[in-house]
Amino acid sequence: MAERARPLGPAVPLGWAAAGFVASLTLGTLLAVIWRAEVPARLAPADWAAIRFTVLQASLSAVISVALAIPVARALARRRFPGRGALITLLGAPFLLPVIVAILGLLAVFGRAGILNTALTALNLPPISIYGLHGVVLAHVFFNLPLAVRLILQGWLAIPAERFRLAASLNMGPAEIRRFLETPMLRATLPGALMVIFLICLTSFAIALTLGGGPRATTIELAIYQAFSFEFDLGRAALLAGIQFTLTGIAALVAFRIARPSDFGTGMDRVMDRWDAKTPVTRAIDTIWIALAALFLLVPLIMIAANGIAGLTILPSAVGWAALRSILVALTSVTVTLALALPLAMAVTSLRPRGSSRLLEGCGYLSIAASPLVLGTGLFVLLFPIANPATLALPVTACVNALMTLPFAIRILVPAVAEVEDRHGRLADSLGMSGTARLRWLLWPRLRRPIGFAAGLSAALSMGDLGVIALFADADQATLPLQVFRLMSAYRMEEAAGAALLLLILSLALFWAFDRGGRANAAA
Amino acid sequence: MLRLDGLRITLGDFSLAADMEIPHPGITAIIGPSGGGKSTLLAAIGGFLTPDTGHVFWNGSNITTLPPGDRPMTTLFQDNNLFPHLTIAQNVGLGISPALRLSVTDRDLIASVIDRVGLTGLADRKPAQLSGGQQSRVALARALARNKPVVLLDEPFSALGPGLRNEMLDLVAETLGGTVLMVTHDPADALRIAQNAVLISGGTARPPTDTKTLISDPPPELRDYLGKTP
Repeated sequence: MAERARPLGPAVPLGWAAAGFVASLTLGTLLAVIWRAEVPARLAPADWAAIRFTVLQASLSAVISVALAIPVARALARRRFPGRGALITLLGAPFLLPVIVAILGLLAVFGRAGILNTALTALNLPPISIYGLHGVVLAHVFFNLPLAVRLILQGWLAIPAERFRLAASLNMGPAEIRRFLETPMLRATLPGALMVIFLICLTSFAIALTLGGGPRATTIELAIYQAFSFEFDLGRAALLAGIQFTLTGIAALVAFRIARPSDFGTGMDRVMDRWDAKTPVTRAIDTIWIALAALFLLVPLIMIAANGIAGLTILPSAVGWAALRSILVALTSVTVTLALALPLAMAVTSLRPRGSSRLLEGCGYLSIAASPLVLGTGLFVLLFPIANPATLALPVTACVNALMTLPFAIRILVPAVAEVEDRHGRLADSLGMSGTARLRWLLWPRLRRPIGFAAGLSAALSMGDLGVIALFADADQATLPLQVFRLMSAYRMEEAAGAALLLLILSLALFWAFDRGGRANAAA
Repeated sequence: MLRLDGLRITLGDFSLAADMEIPHPGITAIIGPSGGGKSTLLAAIGGFLTPDTGHVFWNGSNITTLPPGDRPMTTLFQDNNLFPHLTIAQNVGLGISPALRLSVTDRDLIASVIDRVGLTGLADRKPAQLSGGQQSRVALARALARNKPVVLLDEPFSALGPGLRNEMLDLVAETLGGTVLMVTHDPADALRIAQNAVLISGGTARPPTDTKTLISDPPPELRDYLGKTP
């Protein structure tokens, strides 16, 4: 069969180089850790408990997030109200929210001295504790409920309006509409949403570190951390990392197979006309669900701002230095992410046959299954003989962060590059534009928006990351999230709140600056 | 001279065979029913499709596997002929240097071809600020600047009204030397500027014949397409 001939240029070798780099880092670091482990590793009973807990909390988080998201998404799909657009935008915010900041917000509401327990005490009821399984699940639901709502809302809005019109003309009631329109849509949408959230919660570290811990609430990633930092048992850490890699890899493969890609963009501003949902009862139910969801998301965020403002004025100078280090790490991480993602995306779109193109794209997604802690430790083990470890903490963190955000950048850039190539590729080929000429005069100007968006996400995620750095940083190498964690651990809550607010502002500002930079003067 | 030697292109269950020489210089139309393979033939000549068997020769040298940009030809597509983010002058300039490294002489050339297609003074506009007819002129200006011996027209003017289309066809006949291969679904276009015509039907491209003879005394398969009764 005739194939479209295409001058490939240097994109493909560069793409393979990037893929090889990612693969050798994710898999090579695991091997490095195994190699350095002298004693053959065995799993302790505590490790089995960690594996069980990881799967349990991820399943619970996924099921609860999705179950709560269904009525919220349905309400958002069929109600028009002032602030609806803002609320949907807000649903995208937890993605950019540093985990440690969210935890402070949740503690302010559900913590020992939080709003909820203050109210319970006033009513002479026993206080509740946020620590343990339910705390971990609560935090995961806080992060993933918005994602689930967005995924399911997309499903609802994808039902053509004509169907509802037809249903109305056939005089279908809510029960019939549920049976003929909504249940089939949910059956197609829910498995994907469940798998994606399950996958995200599998590698949870910072939430388990702050709200879990102890023998009964330790995730695999947290067990890896403990194996490294308390026992320096590289063999066990590597074994646990291997288990996590397998578990997450399988979950990721299933998720990719069944999940519909989540749209990062907009397109959710449409409201359906629903002739069956005009009764006062349905209206009241929808209002209650939207109000509850908004409260659950907004109150912790408001508490971060409210508690943080006072703390901003008393920040120790260490926080300022930590902020500067975090910004540097984030900028380095963005550079590395784009340097890997752009050639990868270009190679994935131009490479034939499809099989090798898929393999290449798959390499970019490898880090989803990898443990950032093992990545970091592996890099340390490899670089230890040739560099001073004290100088490595920040570069290693930036590199690991870049790898962890690479899948998001690829998810954004591959379709964007494909669209540009689809529309303009033939013309560029006919003019002989290849390599840097194609990058400079075609891809870069057409891709500024998605590149800016990917860079913004990458910067914000790196800025807020609390992972590898927790293992390696000594007192004067902390990043801002680690500094917040240390202030929290020292019960200096006012300063912690101030530093958390600063972290939130800086993360959002970095995202905004990159995203904005991509939009400004973007070619029509 | 362009020679197609035992060319066969397969796309799914569609297949097209061509074996012919295209007169040089001169305008040759490619006519035939839609879906017959007119654009496919042009894509194979332009290097956008690799034929399953057969060769494309230019002046005796085999160019079958040459990438599109390296062939002695330039293509005007049906749409997306201009990069929307670049100015008219840049769009034309890409025809001279694909990296837009332009000398003073190159810039003079750009200005002169823009003048020749009647767009004087519009060099710094973006395509979106131009009408459809003006955008076609920019694409033609770039073809002039590229100065390749073969120009392939894949119905680039089909979205224009009849008046504008005739205007563009006349401009093509007036400005382009060398070989011009033009896909069209309208026999009037072919009669207007093409001395010769290639008829594609039933999976075969027939060697070029005189356009007037072909259309005034059509073979049966063309007669069906033209809708004339014998």
